[in-house]
Amino acid sequence: MMYTVADLPGRGDLNAPAQQIINPVGTPVAGAYYIQNAYKDAKTPNMVCVVLADYRSTDTMGELIVVFAGAIGCFFVLRRKRS
Amino acid sequence: MTGQTQSPIIEVAGRGLAPIIQLIGIYVFFHGHYGPGGGFQGGVLLAAGVLLLRMTVGAENSQAQVAAKTTLIKCAVGAVIFVGTGIVAILGGGYFLDYAYLPVQWFEPEYMRYYGILFVELGITLGVMTGLITIYDDLLEVDYA
Repeated sequence: MMYTVADLPGRGDLNAPAQQIINPVGTPVAGAYYIQNAYKDAKTPNMVCVVLADYRSTDTMGELIVVFAGAIGCFFVLRRKRS
Repeated sequence: MTGQTQSPIIEVAGRGLAPIIQLIGIYVFFHGHYGPGGGFQGGVLLAAGVLLLRMTVGAENSQAQVAAKTTLIKCAVGAVIFVGTGIVAILGGGYFLDYAYLPVQWFEPEYMRYYGILFVELGITLGVMTGLITIYDDLLEVDYA
């Protein structure tokens, strides 16, 4: 497994097979767009943060709603009433 | 787990460690722009600091930092910050959560996205932190309501 990890491409490598600009079908790949334009679009050095909070921010909003739903569910199930 | 601990060692260690854990949580929250980190991780660390105080100095004594009756409201405020940012972007003329259309005049669109990401992560941090604290407080045997 360590031998395989040593051969993995680096983060943001546009020459990697999974991050090619045009995939074999002939359509552009979204990941290559993020690598090329993440800093230009949002001036944020961390590409992951831009994808998480800008390009795919609706997904992150869903995660926060899940956390809030868990909290409010625990509130209604577990909280003791005033006696 | 509700009362103050009997051991002075645990109490002093908890009182010393909790602010450091919360400081690291704030650092991780702001470090999300530049490396590993972000709202969820920073919120969990902030909640860990508060829960350490809940367990060491007692649930009643630690109410001064984050009161148990306000945690669910703060969690809702965190979610409203996130969703409200998206709706304000709609009102500004863009798509949902398109930070470049937020109605703030003195920024370029790229830097508007930068601060939009920071603001949204602030909502995530507040929501996750108070959400975890309210789950812990609901599990306690004490009635705060």
